[in-house]
Amino acid sequence: MARAFTPKVVTANHLLEGDVIYLTNSGDWTRTLCDAILLTDEADADLRLLEATKQVATVVGAYLADAATGPDGRPAPTHFREEFRRTGPSNYFHGKQAETSNV
Amino acid sequence: MYKYSEFDSAFLAERNRQFRAQVERRIDGSLTEDEFKPLRLMNGVYLQLHAYMLRVAIPYGTLNGAQMDTLAVLADKWDKGYGHFTTRQNIQYNWPKLNDIPDMLDELAKVEMHAIQTSGNTIRNVTADHFAGAAADEIEDPRPIAELIRQWSTDHPEFQFMGRKFKIAVSAGVKDRAVLKAHDLAVRVVRNEAGDVGYQILVGGGLGRTPMIGKVLHDFLPRADLLPYIEAVVSVWNQIGRRDNKYKARIKITVHEHGIDDIRARVDERFALVRPTFDGIDQELFAEIQAHFAAPNFNSKSTEAFDTKYKNDVLFRSWADTNLHEHRADGYAIVTISTKKQGATPGDATADQMRTMAELARNFGHDELRISHEQNVILPHVHKSDLPAVYAALREADLHTANIGLISDIIACPGMDYCALATARSIPVAQQIATRFDELKLEHDIGHLQIKISGCINACGHHHVAHIGILGLDRAGVENYQITLGGDATWNAAIGERAGPGFAYDEIVPAIERLVQGYLNLRDNSDETFIDAYRRLGLAPFKAYLYPEAQANAA
Repeated sequence: MARAFTPKVVTANHLLEGDVIYLTNSGDWTRTLCDAILLTDEADADLRLLEATKQVATVVGAYLADAATGPDGRPAPTHFREEFRRTGPSNYFHGKQAETSNV
Repeated sequence: MYKYSEFDSAFLAERNRQFRAQVERRIDGSLTEDEFKPLRLMNGVYLQLHAYMLRVAIPYGTLNGAQMDTLAVLADKWDKGYGHFTTRQNIQYNWPKLNDIPDMLDELAKVEMHAIQTSGNTIRNVTADHFAGAAADEIEDPRPIAELIRQWSTDHPEFQFMGRKFKIAVSAGVKDRAVLKAHDLAVRVVRNEAGDVGYQILVGGGLGRTPMIGKVLHDFLPRADLLPYIEAVVSVWNQIGRRDNKYKARIKITVHEHGIDDIRARVDERFALVRPTFDGIDQELFAEIQAHFAAPNFNSKSTEAFDTKYKNDVLFRSWADTNLHEHRADGYAIVTISTKKQGATPGDATADQMRTMAELARNFGHDELRISHEQNVILPHVHKSDLPAVYAALREADLHTANIGLISDIIACPGMDYCALATARSIPVAQQIATRFDELKLEHDIGHLQIKISGCINACGHHHVAHIGILGLDRAGVENYQITLGGDATWNAAIGERAGPGFAYDEIVPAIERLVQGYLNLRDNSDETFIDAYRRLGLAPFKAYLYPEAQANAA
């Protein structure tokens, strides 16, 4: 039996900066996970990924990452890899954690 | 040191021009990522977890002050003020932007450096003994052959799209400091009974998911046969190596599947065809290269300043005892600068620290620096009378940690803090182990002990050949760390033995502490190192310290 679909966000790296970006409801990209759209329908998620992948001049390596609804009602990571992508490295205060107060 | 010829400079300028155009075409959308990726990889550009990463080659780990200064410029101008020295004697920048990378490469070209073939399915940057040219135990400086191999392999038309990467190491010491047996191909400079210098060739070593110890393919190759023989080896593997499965594509699997005798026969057959195509130009070039590596004019002066300082300054003495190695010239020492201050990221140096090291090399070290696969920086030629001044300058730059070969001199790959392939973090584990044993003040009592940490099965952190190896994995969505014991990175190379079930992120440091306390209890005397005790006793008694609960349950 196929595994039940779990909620996802579309994420990628930005072509120029190389940093982590997420797809928003309007089809734009955001640098903060909590502004991403959480996709709960598999067909919708697949379609949005397909469209994201076509944006070759903006994004690199788009994929669907597992996410959940956080305590604030916005998307939050479920795996530690996505948690690091959302914040930055643990040895220096660099990356997203340093660039935005709203991770 | 090698100085570029007009040809080298022109080649590099052209290559950088091509890459700049490729980046432009990627940005304007004429190239897709699938088209661009192999091109960027051949020029050392990765896309990692948080940003692009530029891996710059430091061929055979050798650089001069001006080159180190340029590495500092790159760190300041296009990165976040630091760089990371790797286990392949390269430096990585973790935060460049794609459209800045062509400028970074042009800046590097000004000091005869590049990022070519630091990635991709090519012959990678050649590594060497980091004490090359300075070690007391070496037959000759192995760097001229490393440079010869670099020139031959750079942009070699037959070897640009191979089934997988190919890593070569060279060494000429009695001791192996270049982990020869963990390379696809290794060249060991040897002398035969007649007193002639030649090369022993090893093949089929490697770490990663299927660790293998390299095997001797040829016992004694005459000088003039070196390049055609290596070409024959790579060519045979390029033909018969597996391309159906990326995990079985490295030459270690080819050697394992065909057997060393079959590979030798194929190489001999291929060599017979290749050898006549080398008409001696390579040997003329080799002679020119050798002249570039002429030893510096060593000074002969009194070492009294060193002797006095050594006698009177306990901190200096502690540093000298751990961080100096025997030099082949009288009155000289090899200085290893630790980039592993307890709690710091192994292999990281700030731009200011790079400038300090460059300045020290110019003032006291015949303008030479080396990067070791252990991620430290070396001043290979320092007269002992200058050591007090060198030490004082290192203290100023916070580069005076006296821990070479000790438990906090940890090799760690970038792990999941940076690497897109990683399955767990490495750096914070290294930081915490080093900090913990510093607090316990046990480091010098423990003595020589190598801990090496990889954040995934690809083993960039060399965990298989560590006395204590740590491998970070993702177990059901949680970081988990497996311990291997008894690995060895020297000429007695050995793959460590897995100790048992892994440990969670917050359990790994206490586990290492129990293990090391166990060693202190088990050793015969304070001269018996961890690896010696392990060889004498085997896994079982160490396991009892690692898994006390299992022990209690069994009792």
